[in-house]
Amino acid sequence: MNTILSIKNLGKTYQSAGRTLTVLHDVNFSIEKGSVVAIVGPSGSGKTTLLGLCAGLDRSTTGSVELNGINLGTLSENKLAQMRNLNVGFIFQNFQLLPALTALENVMVPLELRGERDIKSIAVELLNKVGLTERSHHYPAQLSGGEQQRVALARAFSNKPAILFADEPTGNLDDETSEKVVKLLFELNREAGTTLVLVTHNLDLAAKAQRIIRIKGGTMVSDERREP
Amino acid sequence: MAKIFWLFTMAWRDSRKNRPRLMLFISSIVFGIAALVAIYSFGYDLRRSIDDQAATLVGADLAISTNKPVGQNAMPFLDSLGATRSRELSFVSMVLFPKSNGTRLVQVRALQGGFPYYGDLETTPVAAGRSFLGGRNALVDNTLMLQFNAAVGDSVKLGQVTFKIAGILNKAPGQTGVASSVAPVVFIPLQYMEQTGLAKKGSRIEYSFYYKYAAGTDVTKMVDKLKPRLEKEDFNYETVDSRKENTGRFFNDLTRFLALVGFIALLLGCVGVASAINVYVREKISSIAIMRCLGATALDAFVIYLIQIVGIGFIGSVLGAELGSFIQNVLPVVLKDFLPLTINTVISWPAIGQGVLIGVVISFLFALLPLISIRKISPLFTFRLSFESVNFAADPLRWLVYSLIVFFIITFAYLQLGSILGSLFFTVGIFVAFLVLTLVAKLLMYTMRIVVRTTWGYLVRQAFANLYRPNNQTIILIVSIGLSTMFICTLFIVKDILTEQLVVSGSSTQSNMVLFDIQTQQQDAVAQLTRQQGLPVMQQVPIIGARIEEINGKTAEQAKKDTLPQRPGERGRRGFGGELRLTYRDSLVSSEKVTEGKWVGLVDPASTAPIPISIEDHYANNLGVKLGDHITFNVQGTNMATVVTSIRSVEWNRVQTNFRVIFPKGVLEQAPQFHVLLTRVPSTAASVKFQQAVVRQFPNISIIDLGLVLSVLDSLLDKISYVINFMSAFSIVTGIIVLIASVRISKYQRIQESVLLRTLGATRRQIGTINALEYFFLGLLSALTGVLIAIAVSWLLATYSFKLPFVVHLAAPGILLGSITSLTVVIGLLNSRGILNRPPLEVLRRDV
Repeated sequence: MNTILSIKNLGKTYQSAGRTLTVLHDVNFSIEKGSVVAIVGPSGSGKTTLLGLCAGLDRSTTGSVELNGINLGTLSENKLAQMRNLNVGFIFQNFQLLPALTALENVMVPLELRGERDIKSIAVELLNKVGLTERSHHYPAQLSGGEQQRVALARAFSNKPAILFADEPTGNLDDETSEKVVKLLFELNREAGTTLVLVTHNLDLAAKAQRIIRIKGGTMVSDERREP
Repeated sequence: MAKIFWLFTMAWRDSRKNRPRLMLFISSIVFGIAALVAIYSFGYDLRRSIDDQAATLVGADLAISTNKPVGQNAMPFLDSLGATRSRELSFVSMVLFPKSNGTRLVQVRALQGGFPYYGDLETTPVAAGRSFLGGRNALVDNTLMLQFNAAVGDSVKLGQVTFKIAGILNKAPGQTGVASSVAPVVFIPLQYMEQTGLAKKGSRIEYSFYYKYAAGTDVTKMVDKLKPRLEKEDFNYETVDSRKENTGRFFNDLTRFLALVGFIALLLGCVGVASAINVYVREKISSIAIMRCLGATALDAFVIYLIQIVGIGFIGSVLGAELGSFIQNVLPVVLKDFLPLTINTVISWPAIGQGVLIGVVISFLFALLPLISIRKISPLFTFRLSFESVNFAADPLRWLVYSLIVFFIITFAYLQLGSILGSLFFTVGIFVAFLVLTLVAKLLMYTMRIVVRTTWGYLVRQAFANLYRPNNQTIILIVSIGLSTMFICTLFIVKDILTEQLVVSGSSTQSNMVLFDIQTQQQDAVAQLTRQQGLPVMQQVPIIGARIEEINGKTAEQAKKDTLPQRPGERGRRGFGGELRLTYRDSLVSSEKVTEGKWVGLVDPASTAPIPISIEDHYANNLGVKLGDHITFNVQGTNMATVVTSIRSVEWNRVQTNFRVIFPKGVLEQAPQFHVLLTRVPSTAASVKFQQAVVRQFPNISIIDLGLVLSVLDSLLDKISYVINFMSAFSIVTGIIVLIASVRISKYQRIQESVLLRTLGATRRQIGTINALEYFFLGLLSALTGVLIAIAVSWLLATYSFKLPFVVHLAAPGILLGSITSLTVVIGLLNSRGILNRPPLEVLRRDV
């Protein structure tokens, strides 16, 4: 089986102030293993909600999400957490490092959650790859935005995820830093052979993907496959 | 196992940057735990000291006492109880210090023999405790010596005899500081008793006999055998074991009461902890969501923070226990006036264990309230706040936690009180108190909000609005500071109410001096002397000692065996046995009125019908008698049949003589009696002059003047206030720590506000003023809440408990309002000074 993520008739509604708010409606697509896919759309179009559903962070109102052959709708909260730890990596716009942990400890957390041993060398190697060996004992507040995002990259790849979700990975960075981070992201992704799902406004970044899915008003409006 | 290790590791790592803050939260419980450990340890010290020193409390193996002269038949019996024995007569009398011409009512103890057999009469010089018996010497209580500036070698006159002061009495077996300030003691040798002329018929004298037995004698067993005879003779008796039991019981009650007061401080601290942890968890939402994204389960996240809180709770409890062990050494000093023995403090591991256990359990329970919300934090928070934001209040598991907390409080109270009903009352009382404090606080805030909003300037409005910032701890601060204020303020007001009553009595036309123990033949001469001094004779009352022999034909023995159910409201036939003081007169006085039946003031001496008497209503209830019931009194050996023809209500809180039983005129005129004379002295000088004249001319007469009552009451209330203030201090310190924790928690918000205001052009001074005003409002509202509730509580106490007119002098509440508000402002400003003293950006970088 070549498909890693399969979305069928996906819909999500919220109850807000007594009204039903439809954020996603009847979204269908599947993503092949090892591919790079960008999900683009204007603010409020439902991109982030879609990402949350795909990664098993939230439950859909209708339809199904199948990740690596597992129907996420059938999993309990604990199983979902376990599934994320085994299969999913994340990159966030706001880096989302644990502020009380050093860079090294942040990278180690996903592996520690798996109960793996001798993980320090793996984390050190990843920090080395992102060029932060000497900053490994610094806390997030002591790092610049670019450095924090590089630590987040190292953490995202530490558990060798089958799929990596990146939510506006350059949204909080300047152009120069963005370029370096994106380069690093794609390099690491290529090395690991991970499926990469990017959610972004940035069309230049989206252009680096093999496929662009456009979302508007909670509905998928196009699915463009392109040569990288 | 690896998972558990990881959870502990994460708890450790995550706490790294928050430890000072966590310690500050948990320090709110330190003083509560310290109070409990100190009190528990003190309790253990007391029990051990009582065990060690019980014999020195009695001073003998067996003490027998009676308030009637020992008859011919009983004396051989008392002599037969042991060869090593001492005799003592004790009574109240006036004492005169010739050097200073000072007079005062004292407790005289005329002693013969080697008493105390255990412990010593602690005197200065030490040898005087034994040697004073060898001549016409006296041992005089230290408080008297100080009051009259007397020295060893001076004279003191009791009745007709002048004694040389052989030593200063510092402590007698079983005597407390409170007892000596109420009735200071003078010891004299019994052999001079006769010469003093104070032991006349009708004088109220307590006769005591002390025995010492050979080591190993089972005194309790011996007394068990003697019991029927002792009871027949109406003797009271006390052994080392019975004293141990009674003293132990009293101090158990005391330490349990103090432990409950300490527990209130702990609960306050816990509410503070729960409130602080709530804010802490809210700040951790993002970290928790990240962990959830990375694969941690909701339970993992919950356990990580639970480990932190329980760990820090344990450290806080250990620190509290250490502090408590130190305070344990202070408690005997605080309670010294109430302790009849010397307390040797020893570190008490069981007390420390109890304190730490309670600390850990209670910090766990209260921290659970905010911590259970962690389970609800979605990983989606990493992207943005979810549409379904975390509702910290709606979790049904909260009710389980609330139930656990209530269960814990009830269990704790039950362990202290030993009564389910009592512990339920305590728990409900605590909740009602917190509820009332919260409601008053909210009402005050609401009122203040309306006033501030409509009339005052921006800085004041902004400062007041700050009390409502998100995650504010305003209510918990008002409750905790308010509760401490309430304790202290209630104490002040109640003290005012009690002393005011006496002052009011003194300033009106009522009598303010009582002369008692006047012999019948002295009656006219004393009245004459009173008038010679220009003082009015306001009342002359005869007093006769009597006992109840039968009620409706039943003797005490029969009443005991009576299996018939008592009437509703009847509390038992306690009238039997005890000595009763009654009077006879033909009219009612102003402090009493007949509520049932008809007053009969005069009877024909020749009548053989039962004598019509009047009984005070509460006493009638205690005896279980009603109108028409028959009571036989034993009046100095003569049985007199009476019938209850009226029941009276009496206002006891007047400075005048009141009686439970009143006979009519015409029957008791010839019975052995002594008299009381009431007068009114216009000034202290007149009082001193009159007392000196009375004591010189009639040394057997005792005098109580309002000044003495006031000073005794004042000194007693001071001693009680000292203990209550000490215990309130734990709540105050807890309130201060909650305040500091609250300021620290809101520091980031305060920085943001400060930066924003400075960006908008506010000067440092203006921001400083806003901060100061915010703490001013907080302190003022807290103190006002406490003061208002204290006034309400005092009113309830005055009206329903003391049955006294309610008065409030505004000085004490005013001083409390001022000092609590200033303290809050100072602590608040000291803790937020870092916000103002550094550039905004630097502060933001350091703290974000």
